[in-house]
Amino acid sequence: MPSSAGSNTTATTTISTVGPPSRRNTELALLAFAVILPCFAYANVGLALNGEMPSGMLGYGLGLGLLGGVGHLVVRKFAKYADPLLLPLATLLNGLGLVMIWRLDQSERLARLAKAQGFTFQASAPNQLMFSALGIALFVGVIIFLKDHRILQRYTYISMVVALILLVAPVFFPGKFGAKIWITIPGLGSIQPGEFAKIILAIFFAGYLMVKRDALALASRRFMGLYLPRGRDLGPILAVWALSLVILVFETDLGSSLLFFGMFVVMLYVATERTSWIVFGLLMSAGGAAVVGSVEPHVKVRVMAWLHPFAVYDNPRPSWATTEQIAQAMFAFGSGGVFGTGWGQGASDLIQFAANSDFIFASYGEELGLAGAMAILLIYGLIVERGMRTALAARDPFGKLLATGLAAAFGIQVFVVAGGVMGLIPLTGMTMPFLAQGGSSVIANWALIAILIKISDTARRPAPAPAPSTDAEMTQVVRP
Amino acid sequence: MNKPVRRIAIFCGLLVLALLLRDNWLQFVQADDLKTHKNNRRVDIARYSQPRGNIIVDGQAITGSVETGGVDFKYKRTYNDGAMWAPVTGRSSQVYGATQLEKLYDSVLIGDDDRLFFNRTVDMLTGKGKKGGDVITTLNSKAQKAAFEGLGDKKGAVAAIDPRTGKILALASTPSYDPSKIAGANDGKEWTSLDGDKNKPMLNRALRETYPPGSTFKVVTAAAALENGLYKDVDSKTDSPLPWTLPDTVTPLKNEGDIPCKDASLRVAMQWSCNTVFGKVSADLGNKKMMEQAQKFGYNNDKLDTPVRAAQSIYPKDNRPQNAMDGIGQASNRATPLQMAMVAAAVANDGKLMEPYMVDKVRAPNLNVIETHQPKELSQAMSRDTARKLQSAMETVVNDGTGKNGRIPGVTVGGKTGTAQHGVANSENPYAWFISYAKSANGSPVAVAVVIEGSDTMRDDIAGGALAAPIAKKVMEAVLSTSK
Repeated sequence: MPSSAGSNTTATTTISTVGPPSRRNTELALLAFAVILPCFAYANVGLALNGEMPSGMLGYGLGLGLLGGVGHLVVRKFAKYADPLLLPLATLLNGLGLVMIWRLDQSERLARLAKAQGFTFQASAPNQLMFSALGIALFVGVIIFLKDHRILQRYTYISMVVALILLVAPVFFPGKFGAKIWITIPGLGSIQPGEFAKIILAIFFAGYLMVKRDALALASRRFMGLYLPRGRDLGPILAVWALSLVILVFETDLGSSLLFFGMFVVMLYVATERTSWIVFGLLMSAGGAAVVGSVEPHVKVRVMAWLHPFAVYDNPRPSWATTEQIAQAMFAFGSGGVFGTGWGQGASDLIQFAANSDFIFASYGEELGLAGAMAILLIYGLIVERGMRTALAARDPFGKLLATGLAAAFGIQVFVVAGGVMGLIPLTGMTMPFLAQGGSSVIANWALIAILIKISDTARRPAPAPAPSTDAEMTQVVRP
Repeated sequence: MNKPVRRIAIFCGLLVLALLLRDNWLQFVQADDLKTHKNNRRVDIARYSQPRGNIIVDGQAITGSVETGGVDFKYKRTYNDGAMWAPVTGRSSQVYGATQLEKLYDSVLIGDDDRLFFNRTVDMLTGKGKKGGDVITTLNSKAQKAAFEGLGDKKGAVAAIDPRTGKILALASTPSYDPSKIAGANDGKEWTSLDGDKNKPMLNRALRETYPPGSTFKVVTAAAALENGLYKDVDSKTDSPLPWTLPDTVTPLKNEGDIPCKDASLRVAMQWSCNTVFGKVSADLGNKKMMEQAQKFGYNNDKLDTPVRAAQSIYPKDNRPQNAMDGIGQASNRATPLQMAMVAAAVANDGKLMEPYMVDKVRAPNLNVIETHQPKELSQAMSRDTARKLQSAMETVVNDGTGKNGRIPGVTVGGKTGTAQHGVANSENPYAWFISYAKSANGSPVAVAVVIEGSDTMRDDIAGGALAAPIAKKVMEAVLSTSK
C-alpha cells in the first residue's frame, strides 16, 4: 500500500490517493467476448439442429448485448473501481444458459413428453431472457441505489426476519417434484424464495457476526486443543443448525439446508478466526444429516439413488428407485466424452423435463464434453475466487464477511448442484446459477453479483485525498 | 480476518477441483462404459439413426430399412419373408434388442466396426452419413424355401449344410414369426403375444433346441462299431440276439414291428432300424467309446459357433442300460437338428466333418470385402473307409428301407429315419426325424436333417420316413438344382 508514500511528503496516511486502475475497458473487452461467444454458440445450435442460422439469433444477440451493455454502463458510472471480471463472467454464463435452454426448447422429445403428460409444451428461452432482463434490472438497481454496502449493516435484524419468512413460507404451498421450495402466486407463477434468502441471510450473518465476533472468538474455554464457546454464544449456531434441519424436514430441501449451514459456518469461521467453529459446524451438520438421512424418507431415497444410480433399471426395481434422472445424467456425461457431441447434437433431453433446469449441467457435459464442462466449472471457480479476492481487499469487516459469505454460498451451491448431477454427492435439487432455467435463480444471482461488485468497488476505490496537513512540516523527523 | 478468508478461498478452490476431478472421472475414465451402457438409449438411437446394412442371401437382401418418422428412431428394420428367414437373421428390435446375426454383426451393420474405420473417415470428410456394411450368408434361398414350405404348419426344424465346406444352406424353424412385426418402437402387443405363445415361435429350433435324435443316431453308433473294430463290415452278421435285454436289467429292448433283426448285419439293421442291434452295439462298446465317437461328430461341444452359437448336443456319461438307450438316440441323448445334419454331412464327406458356418463374407458399404470365412475342418469323425461303408448302408435305407420317401430319381441319396419317443413313459407324441445327403459326381453338395415335433400320425419308425423324408428330399432337390 504505501507505494507512493516515500516520494510524496504530503501523503502521510498509508492510503494512497493513486488507486488501482479502474479496469473498466478490460471489463468492456471481456464483456464483448462474453456476448459474442454465446452468439456463436447460438448459430452453432441452429446449424446443427436445422441446418440454418436461427431466425431469432439477432434478437437474442442484441438482447444479451444490450443487457451486458447496460450493466457495463451502470458499473462504469456508479461502481468505477469494481472488479472487472464479475460482470463478464456472469453475462457469459447467462448467455450460454440461454443458448442451451433455447436448444432444449427445440427438442421434439420433450415436446412429445409434455404432450403425453397433458401439458402444453412451452419454450423456456423467451421467459429466461425476460428473467435475465429482470435480473439485470435488479443488478442496475443495486449498483445505483446501494451507495455503500455498509448501509446493509443497518438491516441486520430486518434481514433475519425477512429471511425466516422467506424460508418458512414454502411450507404453506404445495410441493413440486418432491420438494417444497416454491411459493406460488396465482397468476404470476412461482418463485423459489430460497434463492433470495441466500443473499438476505448472508447480510444478516455478516451484520450479526460483525457485532458478536469478539465475544464468540475470545470468551471461550480451551478444551482438548479446541476453544469451546460459551453456551450463550453457541445459541445462534444451534439456531441455524436447527433451522436448516427444519428446512430439510419440512421442505425436504437438502440443498438449501446444506447451503445455509455451510455459509453460516464459513462466515462464523472468518469472523472468529477459530478453527473450533469449523469442527463444531462439521460435527453438527454430519450429525444432523445422519439423523435426518435415516428418518426422513425423501432424503433416504436421495442417498440410495446416489449410491446406486443404475438400480432403477434393475429387475425387480427397488421401491426407492423412482427416477432414472441420475442414471440418465451419467449417460449424458459419458456419452459426451472428452469433446462432446457438439452443440445441438446430443440427447440430453433423455433426462426429460429437468434437462434445462436441475440437470442442465449434464446437457453441457454431453454436448460440450469434458472440455466444455470443465470450462464452465472454471468460470464458476473464477467468480467465487473473484468474490474471495473482493473479501480480502475489503477494508471493513462487514464487507469482508458479506463478500466471503456470498462467494462461499455461490461456490457451495455450484458444488452441491454440479456434484449432485455428476453423482459426486446425493442430488439435492438446487439450480446451477445463471445456467439453469428458472426466474428466481437468475434474478437472485444477478443481485448477488451486484453486491459483490459494489463491495469490490468500495474495496478498490482509492481513498479520498486527505485534507492537507498543516502539521506535516512540523512533525518531520529531524535526523541528527 | 484475511487468513481465514484465504483458507475459505482455498476450500472453495478445492470444491471446484473436486468437481473437475469427478468430471474427468465421468467423461474420460468411465466415458466408454457409460456410452455403451445397455440402458443408455443413445446406443439404440444411434443404431437406428441411419439405415442398417443388410443380410444377403444369393445376392439378394433379405432385410431392409424403412423410415419411421419417429423422434428417437429414424429407421426401422424390415424383413423380406421374415418368418422364413427369422432363424437366420434373428431380429433387430428397437425395444426388445437384437438376436443372432443381427446382434453378432451389429457393429458391421451399423457401420461402427473398426474395420470400417477407413470408410467412416472418408465419408466424414466427404460429408456423407455413416453407412453400414453387409453380411453375406452361405444360405441357399431355394433350399430355405423348400424347407420352410415343407414344414408348413407343422412344428419342426430343418438344417441343411454343404458337407464339403460346412456352409449352412438352409435353417428353417416352424412355427416362426416375422421379425418386422416387432422391429418398431410400438410393437408391445405383438411382442407380448409372441413371447407368451406356447408354441414358442421365436425359438430357433434348428440351432437352439435339442431333441432326442432317435434312430437317426444309429448312424453314429454304426460308425462307432466300425471304427472300434467291433464289426469289420456293414454286411457281416452281428451277434444280436432277439429278444435282447438291456444290460443290468430285466427290461427287453423292443423293435418297432416285426422286423428281421436277429443277428442282422449293420446294413440290414439300418435298413429296418433295429433297436436291438444298435442297443447291443452301444452296450458292447461301452459309454466311453460311444461318447468319444459322438464327440467326433460334434457332440458335447458347447462352443459351436455358426457364428450364432448352436445349443450343445449331449451324449452323456451314463450307466450301462442308459448308455444302451443313448446308442439308439433315446435316454439323455439330445441333439440339435444342426448336429444331426453334421452327422449326415460327415458321412457324406468321407468322414471329414467341416465346421458349419453361415456367414461367408462381410463387406463394407463400398463393397470391399473385409472378412471372408475359410472352411475349417472340425474333426475327422471317422476313417474314409468307415464313411464309405456307412454311405452304402444309408443308401440302402433310402433305396430299400424305411427312407424310401427320400429317393430322388437319378441321384444317389443316403439317409436314416428316426422317431424319437419323449415324455414320461413315452406318453407324448414322438419326434419324426430324417437325416440324409445327396451325392453327385464331385462329392456331396448337401446334407440335411429334418425334425418334426409332435405328429400323432404314426408311432413307429416309418413316421420319420413318412413325415420328415419328403421335406428333406425337397431341400436336397433344391440344392441339386442350384449347385454347380
